[in-house]
Amino acid sequence: MAPAPFAQESGDLWLPGAWRESTPEFRKVAAFGGVYSNHLALASALEDARERGTEAVICLGDLGAFGPNPDRTADLIRENGLPVVRGNYDDSVARGLEDCQCGYTDPKDNHYARISYEYTLANTAAEHRRWMGTFPPVLRFTVGGRRVLAFHGSPRRMNEFLWETTTPTHFLDGLARDHGAEVLLGTHTGIPWSRALSTGGSYVNAGALGRPANDGRTEVWYVILEATDVGVEHTFVPVAYDYEGLATEMEEEGLPAEFAETIRTGWWTTCLEVLPGKERARGRW
Amino acid sequence: MARVELEVLESPQLTGPEASPSVPLEALDELWFQVSGTVCNLRCNHCFISCSPENHSFWFMTRETVRRALEDSVELGVKEYYFTGGEPFMNRDMEGILRDVLRIGPASVLTNATLIPPRRAQALAAIAESSPYTLELRVSLDGVTREMNDAIRGAGAFDRCMQGVEELVRVGFLPIITCMRSWPEDRTERYLEGFRELLAGVGYDRPRLKIIPPLLMGEEARRSRAYEETERVTHEMLHGFDLSELLCTRARLVTARGVYACPILLDYPSARLGSTLAEAASVSAPLSESACFTCYVNGAICSNTSSSQGGDR
Repeated sequence: MAPAPFAQESGDLWLPGAWRESTPEFRKVAAFGGVYSNHLALASALEDARERGTEAVICLGDLGAFGPNPDRTADLIRENGLPVVRGNYDDSVARGLEDCQCGYTDPKDNHYARISYEYTLANTAAEHRRWMGTFPPVLRFTVGGRRVLAFHGSPRRMNEFLWETTTPTHFLDGLARDHGAEVLLGTHTGIPWSRALSTGGSYVNAGALGRPANDGRTEVWYVILEATDVGVEHTFVPVAYDYEGLATEMEEEGLPAEFAETIRTGWWTTCLEVLPGKERARGRW
Repeated sequence: MARVELEVLESPQLTGPEASPSVPLEALDELWFQVSGTVCNLRCNHCFISCSPENHSFWFMTRETVRRALEDSVELGVKEYYFTGGEPFMNRDMEGILRDVLRIGPASVLTNATLIPPRRAQALAAIAESSPYTLELRVSLDGVTREMNDAIRGAGAFDRCMQGVEELVRVGFLPIITCMRSWPEDRTERYLEGFRELLAGVGYDRPRLKIIPPLLMGEEARRSRAYEETERVTHEMLHGFDLSELLCTRARLVTARGVYACPILLDYPSARLGSTLAEAASVSAPLSESACFTCYVNGAICSNTSSSQGGDR
């Protein structure tokens, strides 16, 4: 894969602020979020994105959580020189906070979130934690000249949930207007979805690479943005990977059996209380 | 970090209720409607605004009044719509109102579920089905047994509520069962288990449960205890506090007569912030009431879990 024109060194591109002359321009980029330590899916997705001829791959944050051996994911992202937007997990791990800032308020959600967070924090190398502290809250680039704003939860709050069934179009229109963006690109909720904005642009939620989308499929998701004559087209890409290998590795690491079950079945088993009714009803649990 | 750092408006007075801090609206994320006023078919002895069949201090909102507020809400960027009372389904326009709101965004109805016969459950399912947005039914149930619930909500409330829940589940809803904690905190897990068993009995095998702390006001002040004079939010308490925890930094309540800071403070003139939404959105909300202390301590308990703001502390 060709190196991304924005490397870690090109400091000012990482800063939130006005769109610049130097904002990187692409024709075709891949983006993913919520790796949750799923280094096997990450490796498969990077290979897939390369084969599809993307010019850059952008990570929307949350390298750790849920899965095993978080350093394997961090190593892979650093080896490939991928730009990363700061997710709530990255922020918590970098700063050694008490919790993952996922915003769970239900005791059952918090029980599993705590197991996941404590494991990830304890197993992330100090060097990786320092590196995570450098992730910017947003990234700006253009695709075919259209302005894309990449963030983790929302442009205004790193851990804001933007679910498909709780996010009005007029709310997204307002975010796009406030930030001068034509495409809003985020993650955090773990289920891919998109919405055409009234202004002609779009909101795209890349879903998560680390955990299936609560749809009974074992594949995980990333998204490709591509310039067309009329705008930016997005395609959600399912990633088949060695999920059995990951589930086994999770078990070897002593992570909860419920986590491995999700990887094997494609149905979420934990952290469910945060789902809106419609999304929850589509799942099994 | 997206912590909301708002400037807390200092009041010039140093004593009396004016000494309370005020907080401006950061963003109007939640728009609440007192859609059935203070009119309810039940008279629960923990109701923080003492709703009953005879309490007409706030009357029903018309579909047209709601529709006008919905139109205004688009420009203000509202994210979620909540409907409360009283009992929202006492409002004969309720189904039409839900059709209107679900065209533009998600709706949550705070109901006692005693007025949900099969026909209404089916109508609600059809309304939800036709929208890309979620329709959440938040059902108040205050006990795991008939005796426990009806001691608070009145004779017959338990059976009718359970029938309503059964109908809702039958047509595909996953209602959020909301219960005021009337027990010591360390027994919560036991009660949650009790609710799971109870609800499984009517076919609700993956219940969504929301336990809320008691609000020591209205009828509940008489039932348990009122707030102490010291239980108030002070300027000092807000230093370093994430103000987005307070509902009034991201919500307003529209009623048939005026717009309020939040749904809890309906009985307090200090919380009436204007006659229009635009007016009420432009002024700060005073944290002068004891109920503001509950919001300070517990976070904004009124919001749904799916829109929680609690992870940023």
